[in-house]
Amino acid sequence: MRITLKIWRQPNSTEPGAMVDYALDDVSEDMSFLEMLDVLNEQLISAGEEPVAFDSDCREGICGSCGLMINGQAHGPEVTTTCQLHMRSFQDGDEIVIEPWRADPFPVLKDLMVDRRAFDRMIAAGGYISVNTGAAPDAHAVPVPKEKADRAFDVATCIGCGACVAACPNGSASLFLGAKITHLGELPQGQAERDLRVVNMVGQHDLEGFGGCTNIGECTAACPKEIPLDVISRLNWDLHAALRHGH
Amino acid sequence: MPDTTNAYDSSHTRGPGEQEYDDAAGYYVHGDPIQDTKAPGGPLEEMWGTRQFEAKIANPANRRRLSIIVVGTGLAGASAAATLGEAGYVVKSFCYQDSPRRAHSIAAQGGINAAKNYKGDGDSVYRLFYDTIKGGDYRSRESNVYRLAEVSVNIIDQCVAQGVPFAREYGGLLDNRSFGGVQVSRTFYARGQTGQQLLIGAYQALERQVAAGTVRCYTRHEMLELVVVDGRARGIIVRDLVTGEIETYFADVVVLASGGYGNVFYLSTNAMNSNVTASWRAHRKGALMANPCYTQIHPTCIPVTGTHQSKLTLMSESLRNDGRIWVPKSNSDCDKDPREIAEEDRDYYLERIYPAFGNLVPRDIASRQAKNVCDEGRGVGPEVDGVRRGVYLDFSDAIERLGRDAIESKYGNLFDMYARITGEDPYEVPMRIYPAVHYVMGGLWVDYDLQSTIPGLFVTGEANFSDHGANRLGASALMQGLADGYFVLPNTIRDYLAEGPFEKVPDDHPAVLEAQEAVRSRVQKFLTTNGTRSVDSYHRELGNIMWEYCGMERTEDGLRKAIDLIRGLREDFHRNVRVLGTAESINQSLEKAGRVADFFELGELMCIDALNRRESCGGHFRGESQTDDGEALRHDDQYAYVAAWEWQGEDQDPVLHKENLTYEFVEMKQRSYK
Repeated sequence: MRITLKIWRQPNSTEPGAMVDYALDDVSEDMSFLEMLDVLNEQLISAGEEPVAFDSDCREGICGSCGLMINGQAHGPEVTTTCQLHMRSFQDGDEIVIEPWRADPFPVLKDLMVDRRAFDRMIAAGGYISVNTGAAPDAHAVPVPKEKADRAFDVATCIGCGACVAACPNGSASLFLGAKITHLGELPQGQAERDLRVVNMVGQHDLEGFGGCTNIGECTAACPKEIPLDVISRLNWDLHAALRHGH
Repeated sequence: MPDTTNAYDSSHTRGPGEQEYDDAAGYYVHGDPIQDTKAPGGPLEEMWGTRQFEAKIANPANRRRLSIIVVGTGLAGASAAATLGEAGYVVKSFCYQDSPRRAHSIAAQGGINAAKNYKGDGDSVYRLFYDTIKGGDYRSRESNVYRLAEVSVNIIDQCVAQGVPFAREYGGLLDNRSFGGVQVSRTFYARGQTGQQLLIGAYQALERQVAAGTVRCYTRHEMLELVVVDGRARGIIVRDLVTGEIETYFADVVVLASGGYGNVFYLSTNAMNSNVTASWRAHRKGALMANPCYTQIHPTCIPVTGTHQSKLTLMSESLRNDGRIWVPKSNSDCDKDPREIAEEDRDYYLERIYPAFGNLVPRDIASRQAKNVCDEGRGVGPEVDGVRRGVYLDFSDAIERLGRDAIESKYGNLFDMYARITGEDPYEVPMRIYPAVHYVMGGLWVDYDLQSTIPGLFVTGEANFSDHGANRLGASALMQGLADGYFVLPNTIRDYLAEGPFEKVPDDHPAVLEAQEAVRSRVQKFLTTNGTRSVDSYHRELGNIMWEYCGMERTEDGLRKAIDLIRGLREDFHRNVRVLGTAESINQSLEKAGRVADFFELGELMCIDALNRRESCGGHFRGESQTDDGEALRHDDQYAYVAAWEWQGEDQDPVLHKENLTYEFVEMKQRSYK
């Protein structure tokens, strides 16, 4: 396949960036999207041009490192991570536009890399169950109904990639937040801190500059792990309950 | 392959160290034996309790004055940093990723072992210990392994309490499954992403400590040098991967939890950035590197499709519980639609050769037999470089027996992943799998306290050499990572820390300036070489050499050839590598150059270690050491030792220190899965 790429190049977080065109011949449809970028980078290096910086690590769709806006869609046209998107999803002769995640709380570091530490700070605000090492009761001491365990698992599959934020016209991280609130809130172990957790996490979310949720649903459509939209309802429910309880 | 098996005189008994062959002569220097002095003697069941009691305690008020650096935030690193933070120490946590949550432990799929005996099928701490020793082919320490089995029980309690959503049965209790090479159900799992769920648990515990102010996280920071002052590890030099700044951090103790080095093979199931640099820089500063040649090849990966490939994707080994592995009996059927190949024309070779274990034989056996049938020309799937490298993993029987829904709920995400990568539907057509480099059992040598040969440098998880011997049981890597991080290290490290706080290291101490200068000059050298070849092209070529000659099967001739090739390529790399950009910014080529430079040195040592070990054991198959029917043949009288290598300097032969392995509680037996 022959592909034309338009890629956002930006030397660092302070200097301005611009779209740059590149042409690639001999793209195989078995290549992952990132392998296609590897091939481009090899081509750039041999031409004496700095390679395009982008985040990737596991290339198995689980670490959440990779994140690109491809033709305006977070992770591209398939519901998956960029590393699991293959060139067979494109046609010979296509022009592909590649940009970094677009959201104020995710400043661009270079080219296609952004800073997502805001997610860590939201987890630090309360996205955990407080239990010191070695202080846990036997795992069978508290049974968890299978439906609840399954539901907790389903939403715990969030990989923190940030696609939900990049896809949201408001730049909201409500899906990310809702997934964690739902995961821990489904489990008996998570009840003790349920009120405080949601208040603190939502507070941090707003402090970071993420936008509010207006139920547009682009987040769940872009989520490579298909986190359902109703986790945001759960988030709102828990927040209102916590406020009712005086938090 | 030369048949020298018969030339080996197995009736003569030699002590370890008395080798009939010294294939690696001329490549290394003999050194003094080494031994672990920290494990207390006495019955296995009492050792860990004794050591915990004997290890000194730093009183809670003093802990605020004691500082710890933890490099790596995978299961071993995040759990250690969180636990040490909880205990009140001042912890600094470093990772090269943009978030601690992305460490490569996240990609582990299958599960985590624990001797809970929740299924009542006869499991016990002793059985897990026994299986692990046997699975490691009698090349690990009894004391360490028993402790691992012992604390495995607490790990599950800890993770459940953190909210890790393990699979449950309808009664609300935890479900278990059996895993490769084991005949009891002791593996806890969270669908096909157990590693992710466990890591998120540890990461959340870590972030809780960040909020509490006991841990500070430095993300996008890569350790490039260890600071050793007066013989003790006292700090690290890192590069801030965003600004390029070279920074120095001091502490009373340094913990490396920086993972494995499987990426020396270029193609592997490791994350792209997994590297050996933190361990290797410590090795160059005096930490011994043990059993570097011990590599685990995972039998169930998606086969290679072409030369563009950047990494290999693992399919959980749990698939072998229900999938049946076969190839056509005749190579004329290899390009047929597998559904059109009649039952009698299929060779279910694992079930045929190993009827007791069938498709659940250990990883090394499953891997080697897959390679054998493909080498015979009976492989399936696309031809790459003239060979079909794939075997079928067929679920049609299981789907017929259990129903598609049952298979979907057990393995659904794995099937989806396979379909996405290959463009084939595994519910309709059998999957294709092939072995790939997955895990390394080698790593920095540590004693029972997990302390390396540099006082104050502790090493945990995959970065150390302990616990798995020459091969690792499925679902045991997660267990070791969390055992080390949550339960072992926090208890053993206090014995060392109780002597602290150590005298403050001045910023301009000669050892510090030397380490900083070493990092700066390395960085500058890569940027000024101005050669013609990219870092990746060298890495790929090194990987091919390693896979070809130091992979699933090794021979004396092949290893000698590999050492020559590596030396030549390394020289060319340092003369001709092209790294563009600057040191003062994000520069991924520069990051890779440093890692690949270290892989060259490690790769050579792996070959020397493999050359020295003229026996087949665990995941390491030496062509010269096999039984008449082609099975791995171990030589306990010559090689029942840990090979711990000492760095002497560039262009100098490494020194081999042997730690003899003695088995007091388990009888060493040749493995047989027939």
